[in-house]
Amino acid sequence: MSITQKDIRHIAHLARIELTGEEQERFAGELSGILGFVGQLNELDTTGVTPVNGGTDLEHVMRKDAVIDASLEGHASELMDAVSQKKDGRVRVKAVFE
Amino acid sequence: MELSSLTIAEAGRMLRRKECSAIELATAYMREAEEKNPKLRAYLELYPDAEHTARRADELLADARGNGESSHLPALLGIPLAIKDNILIQGKRVSAGSRMLENYTASYDATVITKLKNHGAVFLGRTNMDEFAMGSSTENSAFGPTRNPRDPNRVPGGSSGGSAAAVAADMCLGALGSDTGGSIRQPASFCGVVGMKPTYGRISRHGLIPMAASLNQIGPLAKTVDDAELLFEAIAGGDDFDAVAVKDEYQRSRIIYEDLQGVRIGVPKEYFMRGLDPDVEVGIRSVIQKMEHAGGVVQEISLPHASYALPTYYIIAPSEVSADLARFDGIRYGQTTGMSESYEGVRAAGFGPEVKRRIMLGAYALSAGYYDAYYRKAQQVRRLIRNDFDEAFKNVDIIVGPTTPTPAFCLGDRADDPLAMYLADIYTVAVNLAGLPALSMPAGSVMRDSVSLPIGMQMVAPRMREDALFAIARAVERVL
Repeated sequence: MSITQKDIRHIAHLARIELTGEEQERFAGELSGILGFVGQLNELDTTGVTPVNGGTDLEHVMRKDAVIDASLEGHASELMDAVSQKKDGRVRVKAVFE
Repeated sequence: MELSSLTIAEAGRMLRRKECSAIELATAYMREAEEKNPKLRAYLELYPDAEHTARRADELLADARGNGESSHLPALLGIPLAIKDNILIQGKRVSAGSRMLENYTASYDATVITKLKNHGAVFLGRTNMDEFAMGSSTENSAFGPTRNPRDPNRVPGGSSGGSAAAVAADMCLGALGSDTGGSIRQPASFCGVVGMKPTYGRISRHGLIPMAASLNQIGPLAKTVDDAELLFEAIAGGDDFDAVAVKDEYQRSRIIYEDLQGVRIGVPKEYFMRGLDPDVEVGIRSVIQKMEHAGGVVQEISLPHASYALPTYYIIAPSEVSADLARFDGIRYGQTTGMSESYEGVRAAGFGPEVKRRIMLGAYALSAGYYDAYYRKAQQVRRLIRNDFDEAFKNVDIIVGPTTPTPAFCLGDRADDPLAMYLADIYTVAVNLAGLPALSMPAGSVMRDSVSLPIGMQMVAPRMREDALFAIARAVERVL
């Protein structure tokens, strides 16, 4: 499996990571190597094998839709403290629509 | 106080008998940590308020002694611990070893931290790790590598390398780490300590900075099996904040093994093939022989899909990583202003090479046209790997083998070769894919450049059978 620099630009876009030209070159090589390595799974016939989805055997985990830890109440301001850019007590992000 | 031979169990007894105070204990370990940290870099930060917590523990101890109730005190009261830098402690910095979170302060306690606080444990500091727990050497930390206390030219393993080094160098009595593909067991092996990964769902991950949600677990690192079980017991149990955390209460084994009489020990032939260092093989084989002399019934078993575990892991883990790390957009978790104006720019500046590599690999494996060929295929092979273990456990109580194919390698040796680095986890990743409990314990040593380096033996138990894992490991510890 060979990853071209065009592939890498597409993948970097999906991953939302800006890459320099030098990085594009390096990652194209490294990802090709890793994909070659994981490609050995194709040696196995998995027809009819049920995929494992997630790590748990639990099903339908439910809980009441209620406050279960009152100690978190009143901490909203601390969450806001962690925000990088604010305006008028709100999270500031780049405009989605122009 | 002789720190090198002190255990959590013994320190607990000394505190109750008033042979030492929690303050003395905290001060002694803090002094050791301050002295050794500039060289080893096991800690990213030491907490100045450790003394305050220790004083509070001494008050509780004094009260309990006054009432004659010191035997009812929690096991970890006044015990100085180190916490991996991806577990949230309210009001403290937590960076996951990344520039992305360099300025992030936790706004709540992880459930495991709440539990340890209820015990009255003392947190000495947060330990270094590979960025976002991706790596096997701690060299991927954005804040510089940790060094192995046994040989500072070598890596401590990873990603919980700081925690393993802190335990090995007596910079704490025990530590928490996290394990997604071997990140507790592999550094435990490299540093010569006990490290344990619980069954998937045994311990709440609420407040653990996520990395591959279907694989990772929090677990203990300590000097002895006994200490590891004390830590595990304190943090195990269900939690409404982690939907996959199993509600069952942990019960210690009712069987106490004096020796290994009748214990059925499975040795997978696939774990002794190409790639295993001959000296490590000799060491592990000699431990297995001792187990047999102690009454263990050793049989060779087969895990036919063992060699596919690593490729399966390197599809599933990066795929989950690409989703888990999507939240780091430079908006919500600490000051990233100045890194860049764009999301893509913030992520480019905030993540190191291995994190970028894995996010991109995952994005690719999940992308249109490749999902079935990679992700779905890996999920199917994951089923085959799980079935191998289920089949094996019909005939054996425990599976043993080397934790890692080699002893600790030198800093820089594998840093530029991702695939060589991944091979350090070849025996540990299958256990995460199958969701089983496992531990690594010291199993002798090998000589490299006239330095004696520890090797570790991995023991794997059936799902939810931590009781058997600890009980058998304790018996093994006794016969070594």
